[in-house]
Amino acid sequence: MTLWKRLFSHGSAPQARERLQILLSHERQVLGGDDLLSRLREDILAVVARHVPCEQDNVKVRLERGTPMSILEIEVEVRGEVNLAISRAA
Amino acid sequence: MAKIITVTSGKGGVGKTTTTAAIGAALARTGDKVVVVDFDVGLRNLDLIMGAERRVVYDFVNVIQGDARLPQALIKDKRLESLFLLPASQTRDKDALTEEGVDRVIGMLSQHFDWVICDSPAGIERGATLAMRHAEIAIVVTNPEVSSVRDSDRIVGILDAKTLRAERGETVDKRLLLTRYDPVRAARGDMLKTEDVLEILSLPLLGIVPESPDVLKASNMGVPVSIHDPNSAPARAYHDAALRLKGENIAMETPRARGGLFSKLLRRAA
Repeated sequence: MTLWKRLFSHGSAPQARERLQILLSHERQVLGGDDLLSRLREDILAVVARHVPCEQDNVKVRLERGTPMSILEIEVEVRGEVNLAISRAA
Repeated sequence: MAKIITVTSGKGGVGKTTTTAAIGAALARTGDKVVVVDFDVGLRNLDLIMGAERRVVYDFVNVIQGDARLPQALIKDKRLESLFLLPASQTRDKDALTEEGVDRVIGMLSQHFDWVICDSPAGIERGATLAMRHAEIAIVVTNPEVSSVRDSDRIVGILDAKTLRAERGETVDKRLLLTRYDPVRAARGDMLKTEDVLEILSLPLLGIVPESPDVLKASNMGVPVSIHDPNSAPARAYHDAALRLKGENIAMETPRARGGLFSKLLRRAA
């Protein structure tokens, strides 16, 4: 870079600042501790764990937003084999 | 009863362990009884930064599992009478820390100390949430760099949701500690400024620790940076931060680029 450009450029920090502001305003909505998805996740975990061994990290809830339809995807990993008869009785 | 502080950040390598040791030593230097607790099970390092790595016999997990009593696991600092360390274990079992175990140990520590400082592991998994569980004050360590700021924002959300205080409907007192701040690059516009980070994260500022070779030197020697060379810039920043934690009103010193206009121009052009 020429001396002239060096002396009068504004640097890269303003870009960092702008990108962060946009990103975080989005992430705060999606990832906040008290949002819909984390509540759903905790409720689902509570119900599933009553019947089969299941931990917090094994419940994944994703929301793909779109028009006209959004997709709510719920994935629950259960340890070991699930015995249907016992699960139903429990 | 002790005040319980958690040093956290989300991102690794931003200076949590350095900060835990430095703030712990700075508080102990004022005469308060301080214990620093390493929550990074499997990757302990606080012992090394404190220069106590060869004196670890029992650890946090031994106490939880009943293999040692708490006083047997506590290591007394060689330099400061009132500073103690509870080291983490090197076990690979990440479930070795349990909620009940942590509650019991923190409960005992808070009866005997003025300050319990919990050094959180990086990430947002179990170890990190256990480390912040009892926090009354959280020191959010952040570098003026995009990924660190983003992770700090995430951690703030978790502090508001997953701590005992949050469960009781109270809030954790969160303070921003900006570390590795380079005033020359910030002035040049190539590093986020303090005001930028403060505006983005909207947290009260606990202190600004400048990037400095003294931090590496102190860790090489196994001495908390705040007492290694008490007149160095990072030591002064940590000492002021410790006094602010004690409620003192200390004016914030923003690290400045040294030299006059001419040397600044030279640096810009370099």
